[in-house]
Amino acid sequence: MRPAITPSPRRVALPAAALLTLALAVGCSPQDDDTASDTPASPSSGAPATTAACAPGSLPTHSAGKLTIGTDNPAYDPWFSDNKPSNGKGYESAVAYAVAKQLGYPQDQVVWKTVPFNSAFAPGVKDFDFDINQVSINADRKKAVDFSPGYYDVRQAVIARKGSKIAGAHAIADLKGAKLGAQIGTTSLDFITDVVKPSKQPAVFQRNDLAVAALKNGQVDGIVVDLPTAFYITGAEVPDAKVVGQFANTGGTPEQFGLVLDKGSKLTDCVSRAVTALRSDGTLAAIEKQWLSDAVDAPVLK
Amino acid sequence: MTVRDEVAPAEPYKPSARRIARERHRRARTRRSFAVATVSTVVTAAVLVTLTVNSPGWSRTRETFFNGHYARVALPDVLRGLWLNLQLMVVCGAVVLVAGLVIAVLRTLRGPVFFPLRALATAYVDFFRGLPLIICILAVVFGVPALRLNGVTHDPVVLGGFALCLTYTAYVAEVFRAGIETVHPSQRAAARSLGLSSAQAMRHVVLPQAVRRVVPPLLNDLVSLQKDTGLVSIGGAVDAVQAAQIVASRSFNYTPYVIAGAIFVALTIPMTRFTDWVTARMNRRQSQEGSV
Repeated sequence: MRPAITPSPRRVALPAAALLTLALAVGCSPQDDDTASDTPASPSSGAPATTAACAPGSLPTHSAGKLTIGTDNPAYDPWFSDNKPSNGKGYESAVAYAVAKQLGYPQDQVVWKTVPFNSAFAPGVKDFDFDINQVSINADRKKAVDFSPGYYDVRQAVIARKGSKIAGAHAIADLKGAKLGAQIGTTSLDFITDVVKPSKQPAVFQRNDLAVAALKNGQVDGIVVDLPTAFYITGAEVPDAKVVGQFANTGGTPEQFGLVLDKGSKLTDCVSRAVTALRSDGTLAAIEKQWLSDAVDAPVLK
Repeated sequence: MTVRDEVAPAEPYKPSARRIARERHRRARTRRSFAVATVSTVVTAAVLVTLTVNSPGWSRTRETFFNGHYARVALPDVLRGLWLNLQLMVVCGAVVLVAGLVIAVLRTLRGPVFFPLRALATAYVDFFRGLPLIICILAVVFGVPALRLNGVTHDPVVLGGFALCLTYTAYVAEVFRAGIETVHPSQRAAARSLGLSSAQAMRHVVLPQAVRRVVPPLLNDLVSLQKDTGLVSIGGAVDAVQAAQIVASRSFNYTPYVIAGAIFVALTIPMTRFTDWVTARMNRRQSQEGSV
């Protein structure tokens, strides 16, 4: 039997559309703004009430019972070794495991996750507990993510092939006419655009290894990286390159690498305490001595 | 026709009352459907705007993707970068069209003596059509300078453009070949029977029809080429997309991406309309040439 009245398509369409938009609106409704402070809580400033005591090994981590640490792939020497963050070799790998130990997570409870450099400190939900990837702490980034206190004081340096026209540069002014390169989204690139201000448009690379390849090929006169990376590149990757010089700090505060955490993460306080503890008991200094070559003869470019 | 005297001069035509009524009715229907369409469009637009603006998260979306301040910051850089995209697109587009046509003709040559040419052209197309463009660009931009060959440029833009040409020539050659093969064999036979040589038949009879048939897919490939010029930035050159990314990576605001994307779309639309017009004009001319 046919029903007496079949709803015409037109009658069905409007409520259906309304339902669909409603479903979309509910499904895509944004998360609440976290009202986290802009600065990571440091132990001295009193922990916020939201964080529990840092019970070893039982923190509210991304996946229960494990500490998920992010870094980029490839992971560069001397910060990591053999592109294996999990082998504990290299400065940042060693620091990561030291922080994990401090938080009560032994080596077998640490999980590494590949996180591209740029997305580590972009706004949005994070799928790591903290990220360790030579991320310099700065005000813009602090608006998007939480940082631990700095675990390494860094300086930017410029490297060039020995025959290049800037190999003998003594001042920032000598770099003005050069084609310089750096990785996108880095403080190294900011240094080129804000401090050196060269006449030629800088070459911008998605990853540091591409910048090194361009340096090798002579496609750029020099590249800007942090000092330990610079020593590694000139020592191992491009033997006929030299560290032309390092840049003095522009502001009053030294540039520092910090661990990156999600904005308002429950772990920020505990991770910050761990880093501070590692600095004060000399662990960071020991790891640095083990993995990073001393910045011996890199003249400062004024 | 001759006019006959005995026929009274015809009365001037008066449409019947029924016809007038019918036309009035039609005009009324037209007016009514126009009015309904207008109202319906306005209502739909109003509903969409209200839904969008009042949806939760709209303010954050507007702040993140439609931020006036960052639009102003990014626009000059993006436009500077766009100049690179446009140069690449024009130069590579011209090279690709010519080279693609040559490869397609090579593939359709007849006769056993041309076998090696046919085989080479086929091998080239098969390889570069399957090779991911990123690999092609990386290998050419970073790999070729590593060979330290004398007289070979290491300019990343020139090398990147060359890599684009390699890949897109293969695509376009296939489009042209498809066009050539859709021309009915009788056309070639007729041309040859009129005394045209094989080359003349190709040049005057087959190719004009073939090219006309494949204009839409050719345009697809050109638009695709235009968008892929951005991949040359892998070599460090700053194009529109990279310029947008530089601003976005400093500010975590994604308005520059919207700006760059909108510019690319705005470039594509006039190109599409222009080729539609060219195709229509070619078709009109072709249909008028039928009268001998």
